[in-house]
Amino acid sequence: MQDLSLHVGVNEFVSLVGPSGCGKSTFLMMAAGLESISAGDIWIDGKPITGPGADRGMVFQSYTLFPWLSVEENIRFALKKSKLSRREQDALVREHIQLVGLEGFERAYPNQLSGGMRQRVAIARALVYKPEMLLMDEPFGALDAQTRLQMQELLLNVWQTHRTTVLFITHDVEEALLLSDRIYVMTARPGRIKAEVVVDLPRPRNLLDTESDPRFAALRRQVLTLIREEAQRAAASGEFAGAT
Amino acid sequence: MSGSVPSQRPAELRRQPVRLLELRREIPRRWYLGAGVGFIALFLIAWIALTAGQWVSPIFLPSPLAVLAELRSQAASGVLWQDLWASVYRIMVGWVLSTVLAVPIGVLMGNFRFFEGLFEPFIDLVRYMPAVAFVPLTILWLGVGDAQKFAILFIGVFFQQVLMIMDNVKTVPREMIQVSYTFGLSQWEILRSVILPAAMPGIWDTFRITVGWAWTYLVVAELVAANVGLGYRIMRAQRFLETDQIILGILIIGLLGLFTDYLFKWSYRRLFPWALQSR
Repeated sequence: MQDLSLHVGVNEFVSLVGPSGCGKSTFLMMAAGLESISAGDIWIDGKPITGPGADRGMVFQSYTLFPWLSVEENIRFALKKSKLSRREQDALVREHIQLVGLEGFERAYPNQLSGGMRQRVAIARALVYKPEMLLMDEPFGALDAQTRLQMQELLLNVWQTHRTTVLFITHDVEEALLLSDRIYVMTARPGRIKAEVVVDLPRPRNLLDTESDPRFAALRRQVLTLIREEAQRAAASGEFAGAT
Repeated sequence: MSGSVPSQRPAELRRQPVRLLELRREIPRRWYLGAGVGFIALFLIAWIALTAGQWVSPIFLPSPLAVLAELRSQAASGVLWQDLWASVYRIMVGWVLSTVLAVPIGVLMGNFRFFEGLFEPFIDLVRYMPAVAFVPLTILWLGVGDAQKFAILFIGVFFQQVLMIMDNVKTVPREMIQVSYTFGLSQWEILRSVILPAAMPGIWDTFRITVGWAWTYLVVAELVAANVGLGYRIMRAQRFLETDQIILGILIIGLLGLFTDYLFKWSYRRLFPWALQSR
């Protein structure tokens, strides 16, 4: 990564797309404070990031639920450090189970849930303690195509009702367009910001209407072209690297 | 239309031959269990055939009946119960001592590179040393009492156990730890309320395997300077060529090992239902 500069506004949904290996996940880990920052600063709310903290929630691609805890207990776990009373916590947990549509599964354990349901729990768990910012690293990357669409709609609805600041990593351009206010396209290694695309599609959005909007097709073309340039550039430099 | 439609036979009526030998294919439970029981039965039949037909001298291989008679006489005289208790006691203490140390040290080694660097070279060195070779030394250091037996069992189990527990801890996914940091937990809180519960099923399985090793080290522990115990009984019988006693001792140790194995497997299912694959 090199000269990577981006900003995310309050309650803004921003995506980072780019060829694999460009360092987008590494950047997210730095923003989460889970990886040390080699050079430069990442600021959140006027303070530089020095380590992980409860002001940033995180959803990973792999399943990170605690398998020994039920759905309800998994979500409550995120409130371990909360100063709220037991009753307020109960209410929050219940509210977030409803938010991701898992009523009736409160007592189920992760090994009894499908992949999509597990990620819903992960989202509820990352939102329940009200972090100022949500960092999502290809959260739907491991799901099948159908479930993936369902989860995109779910996240869209959750975000449109509970506005929060989101930094979202994906390599799925349609997913980025559907969800985001702005998209940063990264270059191949070394990862820099290649372009910033403002997604001025009207809100509230939904899967069917938004994706059939002609402006959606135009934006998709624009972003795909940017990524393809990078993929080709990476392939060309890869040939040089292979020749040495 | 009056053409006759071939009647659809329900699936269960279409008899399919049982396919037993197919890569990774589940087989009917009765075949699975039957095969295991059948193999042991075959082994017994071979034993009976060899001894009843006078193919081999009873000094080399006594008949199952002779071993059974030995069992009866040992049970009646009380020798069996004394041996059983002495050996079970030694196994328990030796294994528990090893485990009580191996769990904290293994957990530290699995989580902190410093402790891994500190202990692993030493442990790797010791774990290849044969436990039998420590018998004279342990007698010199600890005398001829139970402490020496515990020490041999400890040496046989600990150095492998601690590495296995380190590996159990290392299998806890990195992301599970990272996500816990985002809830504001300190590293000690994560160690206690995330890493330990997550690693516990694996550690329990290590317990099951290592208690099995303790049984195999029993004879070594009771090799010298013992006057009671299952291993001692075997060693003594060797001197007098009492083959029926040797076989009885071996069988009892095998059965007890099997029993502890099942105990841990059973408790695993009880304690960690969430760790079982449901699909």
